[in-house]
This record gives sequence, structure tokens and C-alpha cells, in this order.
Amino acid sequence: MDMKRDYYEDVRLLDSGPQVFWLVLLLAALSVFPFWADSYQIYTLNLMAINVIVALGLNLLVGYTGQISLGHAGFFAIGAYSTLALMLNAHLPFVLALPLAGFISAAFGFLLGLPALRLEGPYLAIATLGFGLTITQILGRLDAFGGHMGLQAPPLDLFGLKVATDAGRYAVIMPICVVMTWGLRNLTKTRVGRAFVAVRDSDIAAECIGVNLTYYKTLAFAVSAFFTGIGGGLMAFILGFISPHTFNVMVSIMFLAMVVVGGLGSILGSIMGAVLITWLQLELARIGELPYLGPLLTELSQQVFTLSGLPNVQYVVFGLIMVLIIIVEPLGLYGFWIRTKIYWRTWPF
Amino acid sequence: MLGQLIASGIAIGATYALMALAMVIIYKTSEVLNFAQGDMAMLSAFIAYMCLSTYGLGFAMSFTLALAFAFGLGAVLEFAFLRRAKEPNVLGLIIITLGLEMVLYGLASWRWGSDQKDFPFPVSDFDVHQLGADVVISDLNLVTLGVACALMILLYVFFRYTKVGVAMKATQQNQQAARLMGIRVGRIMMLTWGMSSVVGACAAFLIASTDTLDPNLMWTPQLKGFSAAVLGGMTSLVGAVLGGFILGVVENLFGGYVSVEFKAVVAFAVIVLILCVKPSGLFAKHYVRKV
Repeated sequence: MDMKRDYYEDVRLLDSGPQVFWLVLLLAALSVFPFWADSYQIYTLNLMAINVIVALGLNLLVGYTGQISLGHAGFFAIGAYSTLALMLNAHLPFVLALPLAGFISAAFGFLLGLPALRLEGPYLAIATLGFGLTITQILGRLDAFGGHMGLQAPPLDLFGLKVATDAGRYAVIMPICVVMTWGLRNLTKTRVGRAFVAVRDSDIAAECIGVNLTYYKTLAFAVSAFFTGIGGGLMAFILGFISPHTFNVMVSIMFLAMVVVGGLGSILGSIMGAVLITWLQLELARIGELPYLGPLLTELSQQVFTLSGLPNVQYVVFGLIMVLIIIVEPLGLYGFWIRTKIYWRTWPF
Repeated sequence: MLGQLIASGIAIGATYALMALAMVIIYKTSEVLNFAQGDMAMLSAFIAYMCLSTYGLGFAMSFTLALAFAFGLGAVLEFAFLRRAKEPNVLGLIIITLGLEMVLYGLASWRWGSDQKDFPFPVSDFDVHQLGADVVISDLNLVTLGVACALMILLYVFFRYTKVGVAMKATQQNQQAARLMGIRVGRIMMLTWGMSSVVGACAAFLIASTDTLDPNLMWTPQLKGFSAAVLGGMTSLVGAVLGGFILGVVENLFGGYVSVEFKAVVAFAVIVLILCVKPSGLFAKHYVRKV
């Protein structure tokens, strides 16, 4: 849809002047946001940033490489538990514990990638689903990680500076999110990124022209797991306390929903999808308090359903979103964006 | 000890086998991995429960209505959602079934809440039969076994010897060719989903009789059903049932001799190991993909 005319146009990180302008404006807005926003809004953006990181990682695996994964909550859990364990037990500082947790997660991603070499489609979906469940089962049984009682996050200490506020956490999380987004953009513009896309489009053809399937599939799993592990590590400090139940299958499904709603194979799409779904999650968690819709649903609950079951409306909403996106707009939010852009570019024709 | 573990494993494996059967029916016809299978079945179980307890209908009538509801639900979901997917691919169809699963789960939780309800069933879980010196099996286990085997045989005969069954297999192999041969592909799909939903509902009734009825009822059985279907091969009815039994026994033996805590992990460890060795499952023929 967004046609390129030459090689250098394809590998450029930023396509045009207006894009640079809007990007600088966005970065400036993100920089000054904590100074005028309230604590809850900053918390919201922290959550969004973490989900963006995870969605980008998952998009690399599902969207770029074409390997289905329903078990990314497992990597999320590994990242969270590894970060806390390294800080609590090995007494490493945060700046070392977080990257190490990412690499531990990447190692598990590599391990999961090995059986994935022989699986495709439905079998891969089931294997990754099993992986996610297995990880949370095992973590719940190991006393070193607090068992089912979970782990309390230690105070965040950055080079001697105590980070105890939402704004402080924002200052840690948002730069990491921006840097990782930039890094992923770079990766997809290199031969590695093109190899991933080749594997997705036709792994047999890719192998015929010299792409090493073993290397690139396991690499995709590892990089994806690294991103998700970093996201998990940051999430541990947002939540303050983690337990195995935090990382259930629904989390994996929501991650996949972010990527699909945003648009597979699109970094911008993943960002939009993660932001939208995070916002919806927070709004729907207090659906009874929304104007107009809240009273209506409360009334409906009392008449036909149950009042105590009202929070479950969020599952209905998310389920419908996932179904309708695939039926109506398989390219997701990115598809909407592309159509809009083409319309205005070709107007008045 | 060993005998009892195997007997219990076979009994629990029968429920996995039923779920695996339901999945294989759909996969056999449309190559869709149905993640909504469990919650479709759960909803049918709730309908049966409502007929029995709220409206006071008799057992036979309640279950007949619930099975009819299950069939209708499966057919409607296929007609309304699966058929309309643009550019259907594996991931897109998985996403749709995941979305349907969330919708059904949300509706059931909203309507009936998280309270656990006792599911009345005419066969007892407490009346047991002595099979050997230290092996017992309950009436409910026997019924579960019987239902699983009966459905397997029925479906095998259906797919093998009836025109509609052959049409279903033709549809899976090549939809365009099937359409050209005069098969009404759309109706075949709806019929498939309806049948699959009915089999899943049978599994839900039996599982709810052993367990308590709540919206999370079918999540674990669904996962085990997936594992059993993959173990047996996604295109083999006999394989699905045998896969369920094998999984049940292996899981029980592991739980009895090694560790109860990590019992759930065994299922997926077995799956990954089997698939690494034989990617299409134990009992299915491996079709080489044409390039």
C-alpha cells in the first residue's frame, strides 16, 4: 500500500520532513508531560509504555516473522521475577538487574524457539500456550520466588537516587520505551529484519535463497522475549508486588490483541494498539462509573444479568474488538491510518 | 496403586478425549483451531443447569434443549463470524476464536457470576465398582468412558460411510474443488461447528458433574483437549481419543510417582516432545506441503 520506489527509501528510518517534525513534537510532549499531569495520568502512561514495549516485541515475532505465540505472559513473568530476584537475592543494582533479566528471558525465548522450528500454525500456538502456562505454574511452586505468596518489589534505586513516585518511574520507563522502539525500528530496517519478513512470507522460499531458518526463527523468539522480559521487569515496579496469578493466559491474549488490533507487521500499529487497549482496560475496570454507559449497564445487569458480574463486560468488549478487527479491518489501526493517508495524498482524485 | 492410577487416568482421559474429539471435528473440516471450544461447552452446561434448576424441567428435556442450544450456537458462530473473515489465515482465525472465547466467557460470568454451582447429574460419582484388589471406578467414570467411545465410533462411521461426512473431508482438502463438485461448503461448515459444539457440550456435562459449574470450568479441560488432539494428530478421530487416554494416564502416573504439583506441566512437556519427534502427531498421516 505504502509503495517505495528505491532501496534507500526503504531503509531510511524516517521517511520525510513532516514525520521528523511530528516525532520531535511527540518526544517533546512526552518529555514535559510529568510536569503538568496528575499522578494517575502518569501511571496510565507508564502502563502504556510498558505495554508498548511488550507489543513491539510480540509484533516482531508474530507480525514480522509470522510465528504465532500465545505464551508471552511467560516471558513477561520471567522478566519480572528475574529482575526482582536479582535485586533481592544477588543484590544487583537495578541498572544491571533489568538488562540481565531481559537476557534471561531471551535465553528462554531461544529455548522455546527450538521446538518451534518444527512446528507451524496451530501446533505452534498450542506449544507456546503450554509454555506460558508452564512457566507460571513452576514459578508458583518455587519458594525462591515467594511461591504463591509472590514477591514484593524493593525500592527502586537509580545511582543513589530513590525513585518512589509515578513521575520518577515515568522518567525511568519512558526513555527505555523510546530507546527500544528506536532499536526495533533499526532492526527491522536491516538485513535481519528483511530475513524475518522473508520467513513470514514463505519460509521455504526464504531457505532456498539462503536465509538460515534455524538462526532467524530462534533469533526472533529471543529478541521478542528480550523485549517482553524488559517490559515484565518494569511492570514489577509499577505493580510493586507480583504473584503467579498476575501472569495468566489472559495477559498473553491481551498482548496478542494489542498487536492484532494495532496491525501486524507495523511498529506504529503496535504502539497504537497497545495504547488503545491499555486505555480500554483501565476504563472498563471501572465501567459502572462511566457517564451514560455506566447507569445503562447497571440497569441491564439488574434486569437480565447480575450486578456482581458487571466487571466481566470488559471480556465481552475485548472479545468483540478482536473478532471485528479481523473481520472488518485485518490490518488493524495501521490499516485505518494507511487508508486515511492515501486518501489525503491522492485527494482530489 | 499402579492399577488405580491407570484406571483413574483413563477415566479423566476420557474427558480430554471428548474435548479433543470436538476440536478434531472442526480441524478436520476447516483447519481452524477453535479456542472458543471450551466456553461454548461451558455455556451449554449453564443452559442445562438453568433448565434444570430455574425452570424445573426434567433431565432428558433439559439436556436435549442444551444440546440443541449447543448445536445452534456452533452454527451461528460459524455463520456470523468465521465465514466473514477477510483473508483468513491461521493467526486471524485463532484471533477470532480467542475473541469469541472472551465474549462467551464474559457473557457467562456476567449472567451467572463466579459462584460455583452444583451440577445435578443422574449418574453418581460415589457409587463405585471393584475391578481388582485395589482398583475402583465410579459410575460416572464408566459413563464418561462410554460416551467418549460411543461418540468416537459414531463420528468415525459418520465421516467414513455417510455422504455428508465424506463431503466434510472433501471440504477440508480443497474448498474450491468441493464447491465445484456441488458440495454446499457453507452449510458443511455450519454443520461441522454445530456437531463440534454438541460433542463439547457432552464433555461439559460430564466434567461439571465431577467438578462444580462456574465460568472457568472448561479452561483446563480445553487445554488438555488441545494437548490430546495434538498428541493424537489433529486429523484423526481415533488419534484424538487415544491421545486423551494416553495423556490422562501419563499425567496420573507422573502425579502419583513424581509430583502432584507439577502434574499440569507434564501435558505440555509431552506435547512438545512428541511434536519434536513426530510433528503431525502419533496417529495422523503426515502430509508434505506442496510448494
